[in-house]
Amino acid sequence: MTTKLFGEPVRRREDQRLITGKGRYLDDIGHTALAAAFVRSPHAHARIVSIDVDEALDVEGLVAIYTYEDLTGPMAEPLPVLIPHPQLHSPRTGFPLANGEVNHVGEPVVMVVATDRYVAEDVCDRIVVTYEELPVVVGVDAARAAQHAVHEEIPDNIAARHHQETGDVEPVLAASPRALSFTQYIERSACMPMEGKGVHAKWDADDSSLRVYTSTQASTSVRAAIAAKLDLSLDKVEVIAPDVGGGFGVKIVHPWPEELLVPMAAIALGREVKWAEDRREHFIGSAHERQQRQEITVGYDDDGRITALDVHIWHDNGAYTPYGIIVPIVTATQLVGPYAIPVYRVIVESVFTNTVIVTPYRGAGRPQGCYAMERTMDRIADELGLDRALVRERNLIQPDQFPYDHHLTFQDGRPVIYDSGDYPGLLVKLKDLVGWDEASRLRSDAEARGKLLGVGMALYVEGTGPGPYEGGHVQVLGSGKVLVSTGLTSQGQGHETAFAQIVASELGVPIEDVEVTTGDTRRFGYAVGTFASRAAVMSGNAIALAARGVREKALRIAADVLEAEPADLEIDEGLVQVKGVPGTSIPLRTVAVLSNPLRYAFDEAARQATQFAKPGDDDKPPIAEGDAPGLEHRDYYSPIRSTFASGAHAAIVEIDPATWEIDVVKYAVVHDCGNVVNPMIVEGQVHGGVAQGVGGALYERMAYDADGQLQNASFMDFLMPYASEVPDIDIDHQQTPSPLNPLGIKGAGEAGVIPGTAALASAIEDAVGRRIASMPISPTELYDLVRSPDSEMTATAGRRAGTGVMA
Amino acid sequence: MTSIDTERTITVTVNGVPREATVPVRRLLSDALRHDLGLTGTHVGCEHGVCGACTVVVDGAPVRSCLMLAVQVDGAEVRTVEGLAREDHQGGQVLHPVQEAFRECHALQCGFCTPGFLMTIAAGLEARDNAEELTEDEVEDMVGGNLCRCTGYANIKKAVHHAAAAMKDADA
Repeated sequence: MTTKLFGEPVRRREDQRLITGKGRYLDDIGHTALAAAFVRSPHAHARIVSIDVDEALDVEGLVAIYTYEDLTGPMAEPLPVLIPHPQLHSPRTGFPLANGEVNHVGEPVVMVVATDRYVAEDVCDRIVVTYEELPVVVGVDAARAAQHAVHEEIPDNIAARHHQETGDVEPVLAASPRALSFTQYIERSACMPMEGKGVHAKWDADDSSLRVYTSTQASTSVRAAIAAKLDLSLDKVEVIAPDVGGGFGVKIVHPWPEELLVPMAAIALGREVKWAEDRREHFIGSAHERQQRQEITVGYDDDGRITALDVHIWHDNGAYTPYGIIVPIVTATQLVGPYAIPVYRVIVESVFTNTVIVTPYRGAGRPQGCYAMERTMDRIADELGLDRALVRERNLIQPDQFPYDHHLTFQDGRPVIYDSGDYPGLLVKLKDLVGWDEASRLRSDAEARGKLLGVGMALYVEGTGPGPYEGGHVQVLGSGKVLVSTGLTSQGQGHETAFAQIVASELGVPIEDVEVTTGDTRRFGYAVGTFASRAAVMSGNAIALAARGVREKALRIAADVLEAEPADLEIDEGLVQVKGVPGTSIPLRTVAVLSNPLRYAFDEAARQATQFAKPGDDDKPPIAEGDAPGLEHRDYYSPIRSTFASGAHAAIVEIDPATWEIDVVKYAVVHDCGNVVNPMIVEGQVHGGVAQGVGGALYERMAYDADGQLQNASFMDFLMPYASEVPDIDIDHQQTPSPLNPLGIKGAGEAGVIPGTAALASAIEDAVGRRIASMPISPTELYDLVRSPDSEMTATAGRRAGTGVMA
Repeated sequence: MTSIDTERTITVTVNGVPREATVPVRRLLSDALRHDLGLTGTHVGCEHGVCGACTVVVDGAPVRSCLMLAVQVDGAEVRTVEGLAREDHQGGQVLHPVQEAFRECHALQCGFCTPGFLMTIAAGLEARDNAEELTEDEVEDMVGGNLCRCTGYANIKKAVHHAAAAMKDADA
């Protein structure tokens, strides 16, 4: 049957408009809108002494200038702490416009509205803000030392102390045959979607209603925030995510100051107002992620089996904590990966610094957790002189141990109980795919060519599809068109295609008849958002349930017409028919017409449903009790807990000892996200994730100086990978369906990025024989490391030196 | 300041159609295309010439429209992503082989960088002899100057091969 498209590499339905220039991104909307621009703080930490706008007032085209003094009611209060947590003891958020103090370079101080963006920026240039500079805190170590405070009333700079433990770790560590401790660092990177953020707002004064377009990952929640902050009734606010040019996490944070200020100005001025973030604003005014200091102690036995793990992490949350401690929690709980850890204790201290806020970036704390765990495995193997794959294998959770309870609490407040997986299976496939057992031969070959070759691997488990819920609505029209909507947004994941595949398969209709709308509060008002690899799991299942509801109703109505039992009917290619009786059928579009009893006919199709068109049962109402008109159904999927996807990556690097350039010559991925809706899309997600993983490991960092100035806030200086930096990727798949949801699927969006830093650190260490304890690493840093008398040689390198193999 | 100092009226052929626009002299070509001429298919990703999302073809050569002023294209021919497909005789559209290849090879996700890649690759493929076998170096050259944050480039490179093969077949 052609309608069974679940699992097929269906070509994307969104592509037609995107390849012909007909996409509709935020800045493509509102040609006549006024433009907003912002004066942002040039200082990392300062008091605002005065704001002088006199010189700006005579700029032709200026419409309005707003400072904190112009904010009233809820707008004058701090921005919300989106995800409160009992262990977030000192949350802090900024104001929509700075209220007397700035805490990072880029914090908005003044909003200007003018006839166009050029003029608005002219005005910004003429506004003079006088600051009194305050001491600056940059980096986790400075925050921890607490010589200066980011927020005066928090002298230790600690926002939260997140603590979980599964038993008494200290006696087990003391009793372990072996133990080792080490400290490592991971630096900041950022999502860097190709389209920055942006907001367009239009106020209808006659209707007292507001329509906002925003480049967001959470339109329903932006709507609620705007209504609350601007004192509007929810029913008077519509929020729509148009085509969104990438998100990767940064657009899940909300409300951004601009998402409140632009609508505020649109209402005040009675004009459309738009703000499109420029690249520099995105660097200094959005969000970053990843920076942590990790102190790790592990106990293990002579076979490399872990007995206890004790981890203390210092996490840089930047100037404010609008997104709570989600990233620390995710690091803490996903760190254990695919391994059975008998006793585990983790403490994450989340600290303030005078830098851009830290909120989820694809992986959202998982890359750091994976880096901690996998580098621990490497250290154990190195100490014992064992194969790194073997040490991992000995610690893996076995396929017969599911569901596996880690006795930890995940980011959704639910237990970390792995639902299904086959981790030994991943490892076997990975070793085959990358040629793990060939490594020493490859190393010798490379040595003969004057290159240093190393291999590394990293495994991960990724909690995906957290609740609380998503919903789906499916409606069959009299034309035969099937309208599908979900409140969750899209940023390039191909939801229009994947969700249409699900509906076509569940309902038995041609995919061409299915139209999907996402992230539009006019169509679906209840949603959580697109993050944590949850769209396919959450909205996919909700939509499947909604389609099943429609199917059930269609069969019931058709059974009446065809004088058959619903159980004897099937739907194929949009035709409801009696199984095995060709010709006994009714089109689904006709069923849709009949589902809505009419008084008035407006076209031929509608005539069939009018009151004199067909005889009815005089003793029954046209709409049965408990039934509703229309062939439609709304349903929700709300899981008891997250479903856990998994995977394993391996990399082979070749390093040129003349330049210390690091060349990733092979990159292998084994991936398990349960049942796959569209393998082409999943593979695309893996490709993109790996590119970000490689970027994060070798190129990308946010280079702050001691004054809190971001030194590389442009694409010239922040090195995002081009095609030349991304290796070819070999992918193998494994499918262990989730028992938790009707479709058996697990999320796939973030997977590709998670193990990159860990696997590449391992491979580089293997190549050069020196401990790699700080990532990312550049050729210059590698050169310095190898030349430094203080750098530590690995035991493996020593053993190889003993056997005459070049270290 | 008067408009004589700050504005110019330019005539430019965009996608085969002569257009006239009065633009401030400091107006970027990218902004003029998007906001004055309403051709929003050209996207702006960095405004400092690095990402390539704004690439359009001016007089046959791909350029970054965020690094050109609109007044510089006075009298020139500009081709944007909107002009890549051609009209068929039934009022429909025939996609350019590069557009077809991008869809076929899943070479786009969010689609924001896509117009820049399409214009760069289309110009590159149209400038070469399609009878010649496309080398990997040529592919790297064509895609190597544009940034994409979604795809990891693998499928974009695949699409270049796909498009080249289609153009070779069409010529044969």
